[in-house]
Amino acid sequence: MSPETPLPLEIHDLTVAYHKKPVLYGIDLEVPAGNLVGILGPNGAGKSTLIKSIMGLIPQSSGWVKIFGKSYKKNAKRVGYVPQRESVDWDFPVNVMDVVLMGRFGHIGLFRRPSRKDREIAMACLEKVNMAPYAQRQISNLSGGQQQRVFLARALAQESDIYFLDEPFSGVDAATESAIIKILMELRDRGKTLIVVHHDLTTAKEYFDMLLLLNMRKVDFGPTEEVYTYEKLQKTYGGRLTILSEVVETRRKRSSDLPVEK
Amino acid sequence: MIGCYRKSLILGVGTLSLVILSGEAQAAKISEITDSHFGEQLVRFFSFQDPSVRYAVLGSLLLGTCCGLLGSFIVVRKLALMGDTLSHAVLPGVALGFLWTMTKDPWAIFIGATLAGLLGTVVVHWIHTTTHIKEDSAMGLVLSGFYAIGICLFTMIQHLPTGNKAGLDKFMFGQAAALGSNDIWMIAIVTATSAFLILLFYKEFLATSFDSPFATAIGLPTKFIHYLLMLLLAFSVVVGLQAVGIVLISAMLITPAATAYLLTDRMHLMLIYASLFGMTAGLLGSFFSYLGNSLPTGPFMIVSASMLFAIALLFGGRYGIIPKRIRHMSQSRRIQIENTLKAIYQIREKSQFKIDAVSIQQLGNQRNLPIIEVEKEIRRLIKERHVTMSGTDLDEFDQGRLIYLTPSGWNTACRIVRNHRLWELYLTESAQYAPDHVHDDAEEIEHILGEATVRELERRLDFPTWDPHGKLIPTIMDLGDSHKAR
Repeated sequence: MSPETPLPLEIHDLTVAYHKKPVLYGIDLEVPAGNLVGILGPNGAGKSTLIKSIMGLIPQSSGWVKIFGKSYKKNAKRVGYVPQRESVDWDFPVNVMDVVLMGRFGHIGLFRRPSRKDREIAMACLEKVNMAPYAQRQISNLSGGQQQRVFLARALAQESDIYFLDEPFSGVDAATESAIIKILMELRDRGKTLIVVHHDLTTAKEYFDMLLLLNMRKVDFGPTEEVYTYEKLQKTYGGRLTILSEVVETRRKRSSDLPVEK
Repeated sequence: MIGCYRKSLILGVGTLSLVILSGEAQAAKISEITDSHFGEQLVRFFSFQDPSVRYAVLGSLLLGTCCGLLGSFIVVRKLALMGDTLSHAVLPGVALGFLWTMTKDPWAIFIGATLAGLLGTVVVHWIHTTTHIKEDSAMGLVLSGFYAIGICLFTMIQHLPTGNKAGLDKFMFGQAAALGSNDIWMIAIVTATSAFLILLFYKEFLATSFDSPFATAIGLPTKFIHYLLMLLLAFSVVVGLQAVGIVLISAMLITPAATAYLLTDRMHLMLIYASLFGMTAGLLGSFFSYLGNSLPTGPFMIVSASMLFAIALLFGGRYGIIPKRIRHMSQSRRIQIENTLKAIYQIREKSQFKIDAVSIQQLGNQRNLPIIEVEKEIRRLIKERHVTMSGTDLDEFDQGRLIYLTPSGWNTACRIVRNHRLWELYLTESAQYAPDHVHDDAEEIEHILGEATVRELERRLDFPTWDPHGKLIPTIMDLGDSHKAR
């Protein structure tokens, strides 16, 4: 890593615990720019936890995270985020345009209202995901695929350099899935870095340049062709980690009021 | 009683140039007005001659606005129970505030109540973050626990030999008529502050309410907004105690906002509607309370607010039960009409369109309906000019009379048959349905298909002539002017 071009994402020894129960241990990661990175792992492997803790939504027990060489807070404007679709109430009284405009809120600054330019950017992002005709539509009238497109448009409106996407393909139709991956690949081609939590092993190989295999700790990280091997996937999804989680469980029980470190 | 409010307090805020506040409240309390004539009281109330009426009205309007604004965010953030918890948690603070000064000093009570309310929210937060008890149980615990402590303290106060205890019971159910200028000032300050801050931080309030993790990720002050909302909520509950009372103040937060939520799906409109409903409820509540000679105000406000909610639920917009019913009824009526026209088409089709008209009997057989029902249908069809009947007297039905389709009737019949058969064909050809599995589905879909979809179906099926059962599919050419059999 050359000092003049800091990495989009650098993680050192990141450990995260929920209610004193660790869910991620000692993650080290250095993601080079311009890559479409998939995070793979079984349920409960800590995939979402990893991206949430990177963004400071879940407190980190130890370790540090740097975005383009600075702390997340300092570079929050350079980060785009697509949370899981189910994480919000789609009956909330806003329309599609309102939601996409929220992508601009990080840039607008306190006490200020979205400008005409912000609206134009939001509209352009809606056009990119083919949702422009739905701009004035109440969000509760959208299908799952449309909701996901709206969330992607909101992230596009952030005009960021690194994007975190949490299961963007879950529960969407095939047309939406291919539209989304096309947009992600375009962003990658423009030098953006994209970190995608993914649950479908079959499409992972064709979608991603790099893969992070995760199961409470980093199993492997590297170019897809090197990482996507039977042995490594077996290691990620297989029962290899039962001993580790048993040890953790007994430690947690024994010292329930001491935070368990790595 | 109002006398004890006279203790003037210097407020470091700009002057509210309200005539009402200048009155030194010499007039009688509402309870001392013994007019029993409704009209006279109506005039008296709405002419605002009485300073106490003016206080009550102004206080209720301001409080309604404030509760509507804050309540909207409480409702969309799913914190409705939080308002209830806060309002019950303030009770010990009211009692302690009284014990501190041994008078009903509004500022002492304000400070005590706010502290108790905030302590309550802190305890809720603490319980549900440090134990595995969930937030709803934590709120239930705090709500009842604090309230019980408050009741115990109140009972003690009642037995104290000293102090001016008069009117302390008004905190339970509220008495807008007992509002003094200090109370009005406090309500006005809290309302103005809330409105100002919501306007100032509107985009932050909106984004953190809709998607708080996203808001945090883009660097918005999510926690600050949450605590700000809680603080404003605590203030509004405390200043509202005198007018609405502890037991029902949370309803002032929830009901107008929920009513607004039924009627709109934009946040800024919800804020406006909720404050209007809050104001209306406040006004009606204080009016009814005035009519009944110092009946508690709170219950009347909430009854009014709940009535507004019920009206919105029944009649309001797209969620209204009655508009939905009407839409549903007119839709099923349209389907009936279309089915009858289709039946006439099918009877004629059986004769290779050699017969022009059908009898009531034939129609009854085809539609599988009793004659009396068929006659009702025909009357409707005649009214809608879809059919005509031989003979002149509309009410005289007999076996000999024949029913003819008008051009518009023929059009509708063709359209429905066409939709039905195209859909059947589509299901068998493209979705691999067995031909005997498609009829029921087509029976429903034929009434819903739009012209664009039908054209698309036609194109995909390469402009077919025959349906899966070997019957002719009417084409676009059959629609339009041709009333004659093809």
